Amino acid sequence: MSSFKPKNNRAWLGVLPVLLIVAFSAVIPLMTVVNYSVQDILDFNSRFFVGFEWYQQTLKDPRFVDAFLRQVVFSLTILAIEVPLGVAVAKGIPKDSRFTSLILILLALPLLIPWNVVGTIWQVFARPDIGLLGWTVNALGIPYNYTAEPLHAWLTLVAMDVWHWTSLIALLAFAGLTSIPTPFYQAAELDGASRWQVFRYVEMPRLQGVLIIGVLLRLMDSFMIYTEPFVLTGGGPGNATTMLSQHLATMAVGQFDLGPAAAFSVIYFLFILLFCWIFYTSVVRSDDE
Amino acid sequence: MSWMAWTLPTAIFFTAIGLALVGLTVLEVYRPTERVRGFLPMATTRGDRFFISLLSAAFIHLLWLGLMDKGLLVVSGVSAVWAALLMRWG
Repeated sequence: MSSFKPKNNRAWLGVLPVLLIVAFSAVIPLMTVVNYSVQDILDFNSRFFVGFEWYQQTLKDPRFVDAFLRQVVFSLTILAIEVPLGVAVAKGIPKDSRFTSLILILLALPLLIPWNVVGTIWQVFARPDIGLLGWTVNALGIPYNYTAEPLHAWLTLVAMDVWHWTSLIALLAFAGLTSIPTPFYQAAELDGASRWQVFRYVEMPRLQGVLIIGVLLRLMDSFMIYTEPFVLTGGGPGNATTMLSQHLATMAVGQFDLGPAAAFSVIYFLFILLFCWIFYTSVVRSDDE
Repeated sequence: MSWMAWTLPTAIFFTAIGLALVGLTVLEVYRPTERVRGFLPMATTRGDRFFISLLSAAFIHLLWLGLMDKGLLVVSGVSAVWAALLMRWG
C-alpha cells in the first residue's frame, strides 16, 4: 500500500482570497494602465486610440533615457557599496556577546525611519551653512554644496542611501553567518585555513542565499526610489538626480499626461519584472545547487 | 468597467492572455508539467516558459519600438515564433 496520499486540489480554494486581493490591488490597476497607455486622454469622455505612439515617444525621449541611465548607475553604485559593507559590518558583530542584541537594535534603527524623514534629516545634515556634514566638509577646506553641484548631490544621495539601507544587508548577512554550524569553523581551523579562506570557502557559500535576497530587495527598492531624492535634492541641480519615478510623477501628476505616463509606467514595470525574474531564477538555481 | 478605459485591441490582448492561462491550467490538470532542461540555461516548467515567452515578447517589441518606426506586425510574428520555440524546446 502506498504511503502517499492523493493530491487534494480543494486546497486551491484557499488561494482564492489572495487571488481576489491581488486582482483588485495589482492586476486590474495594471490592466487599466495598459489601457491608458494606448490612448490619448484629453478628459475621461474624450479618449482616442493611438496605438504604440506613447511607447515610441517615451523610448526615444532623451529625458527618459537619461533618467533610466541615472537610475541604473545609482542602483549599481549603492549595491556595490552596501553589499560588501553590509557583509563587513556583519562580520564585525560578535555572535555571542551580551551586547549583540543592542548592536542589532542600533543597526536596525535607520530601517525604521520613514523615507521622507530620512530625506529631511540628510537635507539638514548636508546643508553647507548649518548642517553638521556640510559645514564640517567646508571647514576642512573642501568646497561642498549639494544644492549647486551635481557631483556633490550624487555623493550625498549615495551616502544617504548607504546610511539608510546598509543595515538591511548587515542584518541579513549576520543571520546567514549565525546559521553556520561551529564544526565548520573547527574543521577549517584543523585544516589550517586562513581568515580569508574561512570567509571564502566556509562563509561565502552559506551567505549566498541571503545575499541574493538582499541584493534583490535593494535592487528593486533602489530602482523605485522616489521620496528620498525628492526631499533631498528635488531631482536637481537641474535634472542631475532625477530618477525614473520622479520623472514619471512629474509626467502623470504634474503635467497630467496620462497616456505617455501610462506607457512610461508599463516600460518601467517591465524592467522591474525582468530584474525580479532574473533574481528569482538565481535564487531557485542556487537552491537547486 | 468603463473607468478602466478599455479599447478593443487591449481587450483582445488581455482576453488572449486570460484564455492562455485557463488553457495552461486545464492542461496542467490532465498533463502535469515537469521541469525540463532545453536550450535555456535552467530547467523550466511549462508555466515558466510561458512567462519567459511573454516577457521576451514584450522586450522584443520595446526594442523594435525604440529603434524603428514601422513593421510592428513583423516583430509580432518574430515574437510568436520565438514563443513557440521556447514552449517546445526551451
